[in-house]
Formats: sequence, structure tokens, C-alpha cells
Amino acid sequence: MAHENDMDLKATELRLGLPGTSDRDILKSNNKRSSNEMDNSCSTAPKAQVVGWPPVRSYRKNVLQQQQKSSDSDMLGMYVKVSMDGAPYLRKIDIKVFKNYPDLLMAVENLFKCSMGVYSERDGYINGSEYAPTYEDKDGDWMLVGDVPWDMFVISCKRLRIMKGSEAKGLGRP
Amino acid sequence: MAYSFPEEVLEYVFAFLSSHKDRNAVSLVCKSWYEIERWCRRRIFIGNCYAVSPQIVIRRFPEVRAVKIKGKPHFADFNLVPEGWGAYVYPWISAMVRSYPWLEEIKLKRMVVTDESLELLSKSFKNFKVLVLSSCEGFTTDGLASIAANCRNLRELDLRECEVEDLSGHWLSHFPDNFTSLVSLNMSCLGSEVSFSALERLVSRCPNLRTLRLNRAVPVEKLPNLLRRAPQLVEFGTGAYSAENQTDIFSNLVEAFSGCKHLKSLSGFWDVDPAYLPAMYYACTGITSLNLSNATVQSPDLVELIIQCPNLKCLWVLDYIEDAGLKALPSYCKDLQELRVFPSDPYGAEPNVSLTEQGLVTVSAGCPKLQSVLYFCRQMSNAALITIARNRPNLIRFRLCIIDPQAPDYLTLEPLDTGFGAIVEHCKELLRLSMSGLLTDRVFEYIGTHAKKLEMLSIAFAGDSDLGLHNVLSGCESLRKLEIMDCPFGDKALLANAAKLETMRSLWMSSCSVRRCPSSNVEVMDERGHPDSRPETCPVEKLYIYRTVAGPRVDKPNFVWTMDEDAVLRLS
Repeated sequence: MAHENDMDLKATELRLGLPGTSDRDILKSNNKRSSNEMDNSCSTAPKAQVVGWPPVRSYRKNVLQQQQKSSDSDMLGMYVKVSMDGAPYLRKIDIKVFKNYPDLLMAVENLFKCSMGVYSERDGYINGSEYAPTYEDKDGDWMLVGDVPWDMFVISCKRLRIMKGSEAKGLGRP
Repeated sequence: MAYSFPEEVLEYVFAFLSSHKDRNAVSLVCKSWYEIERWCRRRIFIGNCYAVSPQIVIRRFPEVRAVKIKGKPHFADFNLVPEGWGAYVYPWISAMVRSYPWLEEIKLKRMVVTDESLELLSKSFKNFKVLVLSSCEGFTTDGLASIAANCRNLRELDLRECEVEDLSGHWLSHFPDNFTSLVSLNMSCLGSEVSFSALERLVSRCPNLRTLRLNRAVPVEKLPNLLRRAPQLVEFGTGAYSAENQTDIFSNLVEAFSGCKHLKSLSGFWDVDPAYLPAMYYACTGITSLNLSNATVQSPDLVELIIQCPNLKCLWVLDYIEDAGLKALPSYCKDLQELRVFPSDPYGAEPNVSLTEQGLVTVSAGCPKLQSVLYFCRQMSNAALITIARNRPNLIRFRLCIIDPQAPDYLTLEPLDTGFGAIVEHCKELLRLSMSGLLTDRVFEYIGTHAKKLEMLSIAFAGDSDLGLHNVLSGCESLRKLEIMDCPFGDKALLANAAKLETMRSLWMSSCSVRRCPSSNVEVMDERGHPDSRPETCPVEKLYIYRTVAGPRVDKPNFVWTMDEDAVLRLS
């Protein structure tokens, strides 16, 4: 009888988590563990990465990541020319220094003292943008900065051009 | 009872005892020997900084000249110990500053060292000679500057695998112009570039320099300048080992390396260009230790270098060496004693190199002196493990990491119990064992039965029940350190073997099924909240049990609770 009451209470209980999950699942997910943590049958490896496994020191992980990065590009730095419409001379920046689009765009805005506004998938750069950032890719096409994932951009970007807003309005996803 | 020898004679005899175990044994003979021994002990080893307090150590041993202290548990290396856990060296240093003004040597492992500590020690110990920091953190290059500037008699500054906040390379320039006593400098873990001219001058004016391990930022074209100034070097670590198109570099390197007739150990080799490896060949005949674990270079080039070293005793290498490369070792490096093979891509889903259990089998068959193994691979079989065990009963350390947790014998799909069972059965002198792969309670039966000399055991994702842990705790007579992650071990084995825990240095259990803790001096780490606040069925996150005479810690962070007797009674 007591159990039945518990079941009823559970149904109306207020707690954190998705419906159908229990405290234990939440605790497990907080621990960043996979769901078959205690399962000792011949199962395949947990899909999620387990903290502490495999037992490799952090500094060893870095050696490999850096090796892979430098094998992606021919040079140690990824310096690209940056031009801005109306500016008397070009600049060069190392795009490998940045981790994401916001960092890159902030640096470019500082370099040329311009504002490019906010990226939107549909409309390009909006909200107070006099200029829009574009880049020439490996195929020689001029693309709007921000459409592709960052890592893909770093590999394919050959040069940057900060285009005047009016001209850039025509540039967007096809 | 009258003394049979005057104190001075006993002191003289005790001075020949260098091992801590011997010293400890001597101190237990009788009260007068205890007294004489404690006054003449010069070197102290503290395996767990929380096992004893600085005050207790200083009270017993008033004339110490060298200390070695270890802090965090080993699993801290793999990010299992939360930030801020402890192992601060400052209380030790400030106590020793008052009581050991003539301290010469400090060696620390897995401790938190601040710039403040480094500055204090550099200004307080007038005869300070040796600082070795292994896997330590918490300091910046400013702390190193204090050491360089103030330790006038410094001989060794060795930073092994430390996490240093690298503000600049300027610290090296703080060694005064009249400083000439350096014997060993290991800065390999630092990132920023030091002033090369300062480094050059330092090397030139220190005629006793025998160990120089550079950091990655020292370019390969500068190496000849240093090697020419220090042909007496015995241990050398390069920086980045590649350069853009400069044809002189190779011939300069050849000339410089051939001038170093005493080299025994090589390391470094970040960003290796294989074309530069042959420059070292002339130096290789004497090489006994080769650390290529940063060398992301393929097998043929690796092997070409390794086979130049007929006297090789210790090899650390990435799995780029592959089975084919390991096959060469028995023919060219017959004296090999230690082999460590690290994974180049530990998180990749698929193997990226052709390195299997076969590589290890061939080395075990052909290198009769092999005693220490650390091997990362992606497949293993019981047959291979049994072969290795039969080939190499002289193994002392065997650490096998099969990357896929709970991977079975890839041939039979059975657990690897019999394989590891063979290891402990045949290798009677085994001191250290790390296991992986699919393992049931059976393997722990074998371990409890055979591994009588085993001092350290590391287990992950293994076993079925408390019986496994019970077999280890009740059978392994020499066990000092046990570390367990993600195993279904709970309270029963701990409660049944509570006395055993007092004979061990420490026990670590994380992500297991422990709910109640067997005794006091138990630390529970739980970032979710106090263990009592969790539901009774919920296991603790991390458990660290160690013996101590110092009582509960005073520097606990807010996620660590020490369980007292009352708590045990309340929960049961």
C-alpha cells in the first residue's frame, strides 16, 4: 500500500529534470558519465568521454592537437591580407590567433575603426553596420564571413575585404 | 644498559644507511638508537603530505638537509582531483624556514607551489642547492626569477611536467653574472622564449653543467651554439626540432653533436623534421635513455634513430613506432629495460597506427632485461599476455592501457582475467600493476593469490562485486597504494578490511558504489553537496582514504568532507 502511495506522489512531484528521468540519471549526467557506467557486460565503449580516461596527461594531449593543427596549414601562422573599402593601405592579420568569429570581427573593427553590426543568417550583417566583412575563398569566390563553421573558414580563407554596407547588401546566402 | 658503542660510532655507521626503510628499521631497535638516528637523519621522504604535519617532522628530525614530499594522489594527473583540493607546500616551507636554515634540497611531486613559497625559500635557505618540482602547479615564472636571483649556490633547477603560468622568459636573465654552480637545468615544460644570449652566457660560465633540457621555444638552429659551449653534457633536451630551409643547420648540428662525447640521455623533439634526426647519430653510441614521446614522426625515421643506440636502456616513444618498429628493438637494443609507448590519438574512435599487442610481445620475447612497461594500445588477448608473462618473469612494472574501456580479448571475446592472472603468477617481483580491458572478479582472485610483492595497483572499469576488492585487500600483503575508478565496489569490502587500510599509504575510489565510510581519516569529495544530504542510495563521488598521524586537515576546500566516527554510526 505504501508503495502505491509513493508511486502516486512521484507522479506529481516537483523536481528538476526531463520527464521520465530519475534523480540517479541526473546525478550521472552531472558527473558527465555515460549511461552504461555500471554495466559490466561486453558492451561497446561509452559514447561520452569519461573524465580521467584514457589516463593521458594534459600536456601530452596538447602536443598532438598542435601537431594536427600545423599539418592543416602550410605555414605556422595564417596571415591574410585585410582590405577596407576607402582605406589607403591594407593590413595583415593572423587568423589562427582567434578562436571564433566574434573575436575576429572585434579585432577587425578595432583595426579599421569601423562597425560591422551583428551577423544574421538571413540578412547578413545588420543593426548599425556600415561595413560587412567578406572573404575570398579557395575557389576565388567572395563570401560573407560567418556562414560556414569557424574551422572551415580558417582553412578556406585567403584574404579578407571589408566591404561598404551598400555594396554588401547584395552579398548573402544564395 | 650501557652503550656498546659511543654515540659517535653509531652515528658514523648510520651514515652509511641511505634507504629510508633501513633508517626507519634502525630507529625501532631501542630508545637510544632512535635518539641517535633522529639527530643524524639528513634526508626525509614524506609520501603523503597529509600523513604528517611539518611540526611533527621537525620535532623528530631537527637536522634535516633534504626533503622530498608528495601531495595529490596519482589520479590527479588525469584531472580526477578537483581544483583547490590541497597539497599546498607553503606551510612546509614556512615551518622549515624557521627550523632548517641549512636546508639544501627540496623535491616535490604533485604539490601546489606559489610564487610566495618560491620567494620565501630562495631568500631563507642560504645554502640551497636543489629544487625539483615534478607535476607541480600554482606558480609563475616570477617565482622562478626569485630562485634564479637569490639562490647563489643553486645546482639543480628541474621543472618536470609542471603547469607554470608563463608570464615571460625573463626569469632566466635573473641568474647573476657571477653564478657558476649550475649542474642541472630542466625548463622543458615552459612555453615562453628565454633570452637566448642570457642562456648562452649561463651555459658558458657553468663548467659543471651536465643536464640541460630546453623548452620548445628554443629553435633548432641555436642548438649548436649551446652544445659547443657544453661538450660535457650528459643529458640534453632539444627544443623544437625543425626549421625552414636553412642548409647550414644540418652540418652545424652534426658537428655540435659529435663534440658531445658524454651524452647519455636525449629528449625534447617537438615539431620534428625527420631530416634533422640523423644529425644526432654520432652522439648515439653512448645513449642509454631516449625520450621521443613528443616526436610526431613516423616509424621508419623513428627506427633509424633508435637502432643507432645499442646501449639503450630506456625508451619513451609515441605509438607511431608501430609493431614494425618495435620488432627492431630486440636486434639493436638488447639491453632495453624500460619501454613506454604513448598514444598519438587517444580520443580517436578508430586506430590511426598499426600498433597492436604484437609489438609488446616481440619486445618481451627479445629483450631479456625488460622490467618496466607502460603500453597504450587498442587490442589485447589473453594469449599475448600469457606469452609476455612467460617471456618476462622479471617484470617489475606492468601498466597496460587498452584504450577502449572493458575491451575483451579480441580473439575470443572473453575477459582478460587469465592474461593478467598469468602476469601476476609469473612475475613474482611485480611491484606495480595497472590493468584495463574487460575484467571480472576472477582477475582479483588471481591478484590476491599471487601478487604478494605488489605495492601499487590501478584499476578501472573492472570487477563485478565487492568480492573483487576484498580479494585484493586481503591477499596483497605488500599493497601500499590502490587507486580505483568506475568499478562496482562498495562498502562491504572496505568494512571487512578496515585494518588493512591502516597499513597502506592511500586508497582512492572514484565513481564506485561506496556509500558508507569505514573509519576516520577518510576524505569524501563531492561537489554536489555533503554526503549526508544525498539520498541514502546514492554513492559518494570520490573517496580518498589515507593513514595519518596529523589528524583531520585544516585546509580542506568546501567540497571535501572528512568522515568522523559519529557519521559512520548515523548512517548505519
